Amino acid sequence: MLLVVEQFLNGLQFGLLLFLLAAGLTLVFGIMDLVNLAHGSLYMMGAYFAATFVAWTGSFVLGGVLALGATLLLGIVLEYTALRHLYGRDHLDHVLATFGLILFFNEAVRLIWGPAGLALPLPSWLAFPVTILPGIQYPAYRLAIIVVALLVALLLYLGVMRTRIGMLIRAGASNREMIGALGINIKLLYTLVFGLGAALAGLAGLMQAPILTVQIGMGENILILAFVVIVIGGIGSIRGAFIAAIMIGLIDTMGRAFLPNLLRQVLNSAAASTAAPAMSSMLIYLLMAIVLVARPEGLFPANRR
Amino acid sequence: MRTSFWLAGAAALLFSSTAFAGDTIKIGFVSTFSGPTAVIGNDMRNSFELALDHLGRKMDGKPVEVIYEDDQQKPDVGKQKTEKLVQSDKVDFIAGYIWSNVLLASLKSAVDSQTFLISANAGPSQLAGELCSPYVFSTSWQNDQTPAAMGLYMNQKGVKSVFLIGPNYAAGKDMLAGLKSTFKGQVVGEEYTVWPSQLDFSAELSKARASGAESIFVFYPGAAGVQFLNQYSQAGLKEKMPLYTAFTVDELSLPLQKDNAIGVPGAQEWVNDLPNEQNKTFVADYRKKYTGLRPTYYGAQAYDAAQLINSAVVAVKGDTSKKDAMKAEMEKANFKSLRGSFKFGNNHIPIQNFYLQDVVKDADGQLSLKTVATIVENDQDRFHDKCPMK
Repeated sequence: MLLVVEQFLNGLQFGLLLFLLAAGLTLVFGIMDLVNLAHGSLYMMGAYFAATFVAWTGSFVLGGVLALGATLLLGIVLEYTALRHLYGRDHLDHVLATFGLILFFNEAVRLIWGPAGLALPLPSWLAFPVTILPGIQYPAYRLAIIVVALLVALLLYLGVMRTRIGMLIRAGASNREMIGALGINIKLLYTLVFGLGAALAGLAGLMQAPILTVQIGMGENILILAFVVIVIGGIGSIRGAFIAAIMIGLIDTMGRAFLPNLLRQVLNSAAASTAAPAMSSMLIYLLMAIVLVARPEGLFPANRR
Repeated sequence: MRTSFWLAGAAALLFSSTAFAGDTIKIGFVSTFSGPTAVIGNDMRNSFELALDHLGRKMDGKPVEVIYEDDQQKPDVGKQKTEKLVQSDKVDFIAGYIWSNVLLASLKSAVDSQTFLISANAGPSQLAGELCSPYVFSTSWQNDQTPAAMGLYMNQKGVKSVFLIGPNYAAGKDMLAGLKSTFKGQVVGEEYTVWPSQLDFSAELSKARASGAESIFVFYPGAAGVQFLNQYSQAGLKEKMPLYTAFTVDELSLPLQKDNAIGVPGAQEWVNDLPNEQNKTFVADYRKKYTGLRPTYYGAQAYDAAQLINSAVVAVKGDTSKKDAMKAEMEKANFKSLRGSFKFGNNHIPIQNFYLQDVVKDADGQLSLKTVATIVENDQDRFHDKCPMK
């Protein structure tokens, strides 16, 4: 039972991290109609910036804030110089151009930081386990990720639902042409949204960095999951991304945690240990397929008409 | 007039190219040169190049041409690259191969063309057993050997129970099986993770903690080893469940693992401080040539692969068409290996010592690996009986 609680937390933490990545992706895709494969590169850049700034300032929090600012800036520059020219073009052009950006960022990182990757060590006030319930110890840093991500989700919700910019963002997600026709400066809105998405990806990257290693190509695997999240959640919907991300986080973790034991009831031990990891990673895509069949627009489509 | 000019030119070209092919020793080298594990491929290439430097970049007086190919850590790409090297480059030898799954996919292409393949790292159990081939040699080990040595060390330490975690691919399965083949205590649980995409081990660590096992054993090569150690110490397990490893802490991962790696023992057939002369020269020259870098066992095995190839070429006086003679020479392992001398078993896998290595601060104040003890001497893999070659 205690193990279930612990695995639930693991799944929640992974899901929230996916949410940070998917929120930016779904905004950019939903509002700007831009397929941005380079979103994973922004995640990677966030991690690299964090590792550099933390080493430079000696403070984890200050370094993190600087890295966040740097990723935001990078996102804005990227939108201004490269992506702006792709609006209104075919999705295939987006895929081609942003795939090029992935290669560009990977090579740029190799040139600047070298091929070996970086480490971002945790400060001692985060690198210990805390007892959250009698018998359950949980790494303090993973708890911190849960708290930060929930806060960001709340801020995003308030920002999108309660502010004027949020209203424009929602309007943009449901009908782009119309808000342009109403005299809104759509270019500025796009730049802002893209910068916000980049900062969210950067935040995910820098929070993930102490758990993983900061390395070239770190954004590519997780980007696939982020796309699955936005497909399930409904493109352009922050709420959909939140719920889908947590679903996926829980399915992935719970699958890995409990499927081997379940399979061992029917298969022999060796076959079960081999099949279980493969099957648990399949579950996510199974869910996506089911959602696509039942509700092709996702669970919470943004542009309900 | 014009036609005869062109004909003469073509003939000259034809003649010179055949003469050229006979005059160089062509070696294909398949390893990972892109993506997160490219650092391993680079280390192997660095060491292979250093070996060629030490040989004067010639084998039996003939210049050596090496064609490096990137397998991207993918079995299908590795197979393609191997086929390219064998069929269009027509290399005399193929060396390299970090990953067991890449090697298993590539094996048939090399063996069918009767090209000598020297594995400088991967040692899948199939290769030592039923898939062994006269054309395949290893300058590394069979996967099970290193964790089996670790199992012996854990017995010595009186470890009563263990929880095993490893990646779900050919080598991961061999590694955990290898540990189980010697470890006398109880194996409480066994978890496989998705390879190479899974980087978060929280679910597995939670299960290990809940299992009540006394210790954990893992096999996570490359960056995965850094990630595992990060998460293992953040979960506060370092004080509670001691970690035993195979191929998880090396000179490439250590600068990233830092203090997390202190006190984490590993087993290895080569350590940078092995006291033979050729090894001292290798380590010193490597650090001189590639400033800021330190060689790993991957590199040492690649260096040995170059030396093994050289011994074969010298024995046939550069005539690489004499395959039987080259095979006979290589079976003698007649070269100065960086791990000290070893013999090949009937399946062309080394019979060798395994050492216990530990992480210490060296004279420069940097973390480095050090030999603590010899765990097992002249160890032969447990699959050699299944190999039809006698």
